[in-house]
Parts: sequence; structure tokens; C-alpha cells
Amino acid sequence: MTTACLTFRDLTLGYNSHPAIHHLNGAVRKGSLTAVVGANGSGKSTLMKGIVGVLKPMEGAVVRMPGVRTAYLPQQSELDRSFPARVVDLVSLGLWPKRGMLGRYTKEDREAVSKALMAVGLGGFEKRPIDTLSGGQLQRTLFARVLLQDADLILLDEPFNAVDAKTVGDLIQLIKRWHGEERTIMVVVHDLDLVRQNFPETLLLARQPVAWGDTKDTLRPENLLKARRFHEAWEENAPWCEPDDHDHGLDHDHHDHAHDHHHGHDSGPRAA
Amino acid sequence: MDALYGLFIAPFADFGFMQRALFGSLMLSLGACPVGVFLMLRRMSLSGDAMAHAILPGAAAGFLLYGLDILPMTVGGLVAGLVVALGAGAVSRFTIQREDASMAAFYLISLAVGVLMVSIRGSSVDLMHVLFGTVLALNNEALILIGGIVAVTLVCLAIFWRALVAECLDPLFLRSVSRMGSPVHFIFLGLVVLNLVGGFQALGTLLSVGLMMLPAAAARFWTVRVEPMCVLAVLIGFASCVAGLLLSYHASLPSGPAIILSAGVVYFVSILFGTRGVLRARIVHHRHRTA
Repeated sequence: MTTACLTFRDLTLGYNSHPAIHHLNGAVRKGSLTAVVGANGSGKSTLMKGIVGVLKPMEGAVVRMPGVRTAYLPQQSELDRSFPARVVDLVSLGLWPKRGMLGRYTKEDREAVSKALMAVGLGGFEKRPIDTLSGGQLQRTLFARVLLQDADLILLDEPFNAVDAKTVGDLIQLIKRWHGEERTIMVVVHDLDLVRQNFPETLLLARQPVAWGDTKDTLRPENLLKARRFHEAWEENAPWCEPDDHDHGLDHDHHDHAHDHHHGHDSGPRAA
Repeated sequence: MDALYGLFIAPFADFGFMQRALFGSLMLSLGACPVGVFLMLRRMSLSGDAMAHAILPGAAAGFLLYGLDILPMTVGGLVAGLVVALGAGAVSRFTIQREDASMAAFYLISLAVGVLMVSIRGSSVDLMHVLFGTVLALNNEALILIGGIVAVTLVCLAIFWRALVAECLDPLFLRSVSRMGSPVHFIFLGLVVLNLVGGFQALGTLLSVGLMMLPAAAARFWTVRVEPMCVLAVLIGFASCVAGLLLSYHASLPSGPAIILSAGVVYFVSILFGTRGVLRARIVHHRHRTA
């Protein structure tokens, strides 16, 4: 029997009571490599944030396998490139899960940093100030940091943006290596050809999951068409979502407190 | 030799109040300058100024109740500063408003309260004293207070260094691996308040920001790493204190502004001649390497 690394239980994530991920159920198998695809605003990044925990669910839950270490490469990192740091300082942050706030970096740690940089083709970049890196080099630096985190669950949100073809190939190899090491990986990707060639499983999102499973089945034309019909905009007056098994049949007409409890959480400012 | 001795050493060797002033201001630099570096790197340079205004009502309350006594004024300033720092920090963390706006709102309210309180029973001379301080009148109590503040600051910086750097460099990453993000931000704001309060007896609420920010701003022009930047800021702070006190002694100038202006001179020199300063960028970049 296969174990689930992640389980979504009726997960609803969103902003200002509008769902961006709506009642998602399912499990991500341990050691699987899943591409997450979908149109703009279909909830891909939101799902990633929900899994990491930087966005709290409006309803339902994400259940992680106990003791799982997570690495997350956001689409829009909040990295301050003008901060006076070198590549090695940035990558070393990836040692946090291992060393925490106070642990000293050892000689092996420094070697691990060099090896991680080597693996993304940035050997010898240790001393470069981060404000001198190109966009693609910075992305690879962040990949090296993920590498160093040595995580069981790796979440990459559009990692191939602003990266040249050769580097995409290198990074894909790296992802496949992780896959071979039985790590669980979810990658948000836009390039469907890339998905077909490299990702065994795919989750196609359009606020709700349109299809989820084997890549070939998921990316069938009828599914893609269905995903494309998805309406991106919120509707201000969209009816409140009532769960099917809701047993409040009697006070159905007015918005009772139980309802607000489910959907009234204000999740703060909308992130991009 | 004697002339040099008279110029640089004698003022400190001969007068106890100069020794105290030197000791107090050097200690202040040790704590305030690294804090200033992080304030600058977080683009909160002006927040220091805002915080300095914010501690006024607390200091004024202490002054009104107990007169010109350092302890109540310090405690009052600390309380007022922490209320404003935590309030503004919380608003920016938990609502859509950014920290610059919330900080401005909180400090303006606080400043208005402070001016009101001073005007109830004070003359403008008292207000001047609170605003500009007197480094030449540091008593033992004040020195002990400053020493304690410096110790707390350095210990906190040592413990939270990595989290503080991560929070500045990549806050979202820190949130994804640890829950330290918000606590470390508030601890840092607390250190800012602490150092401003420590400085206000010596330099006044307004000028204590100067000792925090100017050495940091100057150090930015010389190095591309945080650790040397902090060390350099402290050294610039030291030099400014010595130069400022000597200037104040020989030319009979008020000591606070003299110290801050010395730091200002270092700042302008750094803009021009720093390794990342204006002239260097203009001259060296006519030549370039092949790769």
C-alpha cells in the first residue's frame, strides 16, 4: 500500500471569503512527482501557499505526513536583492532546518553549500554579491537553497520563469534526481509539453480540480477545454457555498452564524 | 607633542565629565550603530526618527511627575516607544497597511500627546532639554542604564542574528521554515526603542537617531556584507563621538550636535570616497575586464 505524503480534506483556500481553491479532496502519494497546471488565477500558487502554511485554510485542512520537511520556492519571492549578502549567504539559509537559528555552520555545511551550487551550475559563485546575479542565476541560486534544505516535500512555484532552455534542462534533471530519491515533489508549470515529457502525474486546476492523476489522462483535450471555460473573476454576489451534507435545512433562508463561521474568515491582504 | 596632547588627550584626562561623556557615548555607539545598520537595510531609516518622536510623551510624563530624573523619564519613554513600535508593527503585520503609514500615524499621535503634556507644566527650555539632551551631564545612573541597554542589545543581536538577517533578506522563506519571523521583527523594534531611550539623556530624543543612522548610512558605502558593515558603523560611531566631544570642548559648542555633525562629515566623505561611493564608481568604471 502506498502512503500519502499530503492529504487534502475538503480544502478551501482563498482571499476575502472568495475561494481560490474550492473543496479540494485527495492525496499526494509519497515519492510522487506532480505537475500542477491551470490558467491564471486557477489557484495553483494559492494551493502551494496553503500546503506550506503561509495561507490558512478557510475550510477543511491540509494534512501532512508527520515529520515531513518541506521546501518551498515561491513564484514571487520576497527576496530583497539590494540586501548586502553574497550567494553563499543566501544559499546557506537552506541550512535552517538542519542548524536552526543558533547552530554553527560546520565545514561539511560549507562543503554542502558548494556542492549545491555546483549542482545548479553555479560553482565558484559563492562570493558574488546577490545584486550582481541575473534573473536566471538567481533562480538557480534559490534552487540550490532548496537542494540544501534536504526536504521530503518540495514545492516549486513556476521555477522555470526567466530561465534559459539549457538551464531548464539542468533543473529538470535535478527534479528527476529528487524524484529518484523518493522525495515528494509538486511543481507549478505552464509549459504543457514540458509536463507531458517529464511529469508522471498532473493536477489540472480551475479553482476546483478538473482532473488529477496520470499526466496522459489528465491532459486530454476535453479536460483542457473544461479548464479553459473556467471563469477567472470573482463574483461579488456569488451565493454562499453550502456543503451538501449541511443539516441546517430549517434556517436555510437566512445566513446563520454557523455559516459565517465557515466562510467569514478574512485571510488578510490578497497576495499576488 | 604637548600641543597634540593638549588637543586630543588633555580634555579627557583632566575632566571627569568629559570622561563620562566619552564613556557613555562610546557605549551608546556600540549598541545603536548595528541596530541602525539593520534599520537602514530594512528601509526603515526614517522609522528611527519617528520612534524618537514617539518616546516623547513617555519621557514627558516622567518629567512632569518626577522632574528631571533619569529613571522615570527612561521608563516612560520606553513604555511609550514600545506601545508605538508594537502598535505600528502589529497594524502592518496584520492589516493591509504598510509599516511606513502605520508608523507615521502612531508616532504623530504620540508626539501630539507629548507636546501637550510638556506644555501643561513646562517651559520651552524643558522641552529643549528633553529633545536635545546633554551628554556632558551624564551621571552614574545614566551610565549604568546605557551599559545595561548596550549589553541587552548585543546579546539579542548575537542570539537573533541569523533570524534577523533572514527576515531582512527573504521574509517569505523564513516564514516557510520557521515561526521566528514576527517575533524577531518585534524584538528588533524593541531594540530600536531601547537604544533611542538610552541615547536621549545624552543626546536627546532627536539626536540619538543621528548616532544610530548616520554611521550606518556611511558604512553602506564601504562594504557589501552585513557583518563588516556593522563593525564599520560602530567604528564610525566611536570616531564621531571622540571628534564631536573634542570639538565641543575646544569650541564651546553643544556636545550632541557636535557628535552628530562629526558623523555627518564621515557620511559625506563616504559618499564621495567610499569603495561604493560616487568617485570610485565614476573613475574605475572607465576600465573593465574581459569577463
